[in-house]
Amino acid sequence: MNFWARSFYNWRRMSKALKLYGIIAGPGIIVMVADNDAGGITTYAATGAKFGYSLLWFLILLGPIAYFIQEMTVRLGAVTKRGHAESIFHAFGPFWGWFSLIDLILVDWLTLVTEFIGMTAAMSIFHVPPLVTVLFVILIMGMMVLRGNYWTWEKIALFFCAVNLVYIPCAFIVRPSISSILWSGVIPHIPAGGFTNAFFFFLMANIGTTIAPWMIFFQQSAVVDKGIQEKDLLWGKIDTILGSAFTVIVAAFCIVVTGTLLRGVDIRDAAEAAIQLMSINKYLGTLLAIGLFDAGLLGAICISLASSWAFGEVFGWAHSLNSRIREAQWFYAFYFFALLSAGAVVLIPGAPLVLITLFVQVIAVTLLPASLVFLILMLNNEESMGKYKNNLFQNVASTSIAVVIIALSTMYAISALFPGILR
Amino acid sequence: MGERIFDVFALRAGRLVRGTVSQIAAINKKYMTPHVTTTPAVRVALLLLRLYLLALVGILIYKFITLVR
Repeated sequence: MNFWARSFYNWRRMSKALKLYGIIAGPGIIVMVADNDAGGITTYAATGAKFGYSLLWFLILLGPIAYFIQEMTVRLGAVTKRGHAESIFHAFGPFWGWFSLIDLILVDWLTLVTEFIGMTAAMSIFHVPPLVTVLFVILIMGMMVLRGNYWTWEKIALFFCAVNLVYIPCAFIVRPSISSILWSGVIPHIPAGGFTNAFFFFLMANIGTTIAPWMIFFQQSAVVDKGIQEKDLLWGKIDTILGSAFTVIVAAFCIVVTGTLLRGVDIRDAAEAAIQLMSINKYLGTLLAIGLFDAGLLGAICISLASSWAFGEVFGWAHSLNSRIREAQWFYAFYFFALLSAGAVVLIPGAPLVLITLFVQVIAVTLLPASLVFLILMLNNEESMGKYKNNLFQNVASTSIAVVIIALSTMYAISALFPGILR
Repeated sequence: MGERIFDVFALRAGRLVRGTVSQIAAINKKYMTPHVTTTPAVRVALLLLRLYLLALVGILIYKFITLVR
């Protein structure tokens, strides 16, 4: 084969592979980018303001950890063809099944409220009343699913994922010192002041935003709904790797923005950071507010679906985005009920929104350890996983990750309940 | 008229509750037998998970009581 024939053959092969990836790509990128939800962006903004670039290395470390966990859900979904909730019922029986399902619904609903809090706060910067924001969000999310087509939903979700990259131009606008980022951010170290309670609290908060229980349920259900097979696993893994890279990039750039301009400022939420940045550079504040709204929207899109999928799987309702409303009435009813009720809470004057945000952190901790333990046990079940079960390396890595995450997230929940302990 | 609307509502709500209860019973029956191979590692992991959750619930109850007081 001459040079031109070989080049043409390689190009054809590459373009075919890219087309195939284009078909299979989606769940991994969406779940990982949606992980940078309103709560996530708030945590990153506060981390940058408190510690500058000093915790960038930790976020880079969290990328592979999130990949390890999410990759297992891809394998489990592709091999068993069951969503995560149904898998737990099937593997561990009704007790653990109901525990996980009810806990998931509660955590998801509370998290959905926090997404609405983030979105209304972001839009209030542009003087948009909360009622208009809530109605607009429900309208967008309704339009995304009403076509009865998973593909349409996924492409719109991927568009919102692309908007999440808005933090990258923000970081270029603030012109940070690259050498400072490399020296004080990328090389692992403990920031000046040592291993303080605040440092520990921020480490735990960043873990809590990077690995969330709903992500496990969402990605497995999305893999099943999309119809990913065992033969597509490689592409599913690449999708998850790209997603985890995106999540780290967005988080890192967000930290660079607040770490450069708001270093030493106490930030309570991302909307406050956007307001502060608005006074320094109005474009920067605007982009940050758009990013916060988009983060909340992406989180809401995924979280409301994670709950509906889980309920549909267990109750045996039609639960595919490829079904039209009259074919999957309960699935869509649940989806809209979660959205409307969560949106309504934000509109109640004097609703205990801070308490709800705090409660999410605590309740999520009751579900996360159970989800991780179930995931690892199911991935070791030869009967259902066959040759796709975890190997020794995957078991050592996933068990170590689970132990560390469970320990740290438990301490995070305890510190949220008893603020005096760590802060 | 009002009574009639209430009767229809009560009838439908009763039907929904009965339907949900029977559906839950069917789900419990369907998944009664766990399909995970019960190795010692699985047993230990589930036991530790139970203990962990009990401890967590204990902490939550303690927090609730101290808040109420």
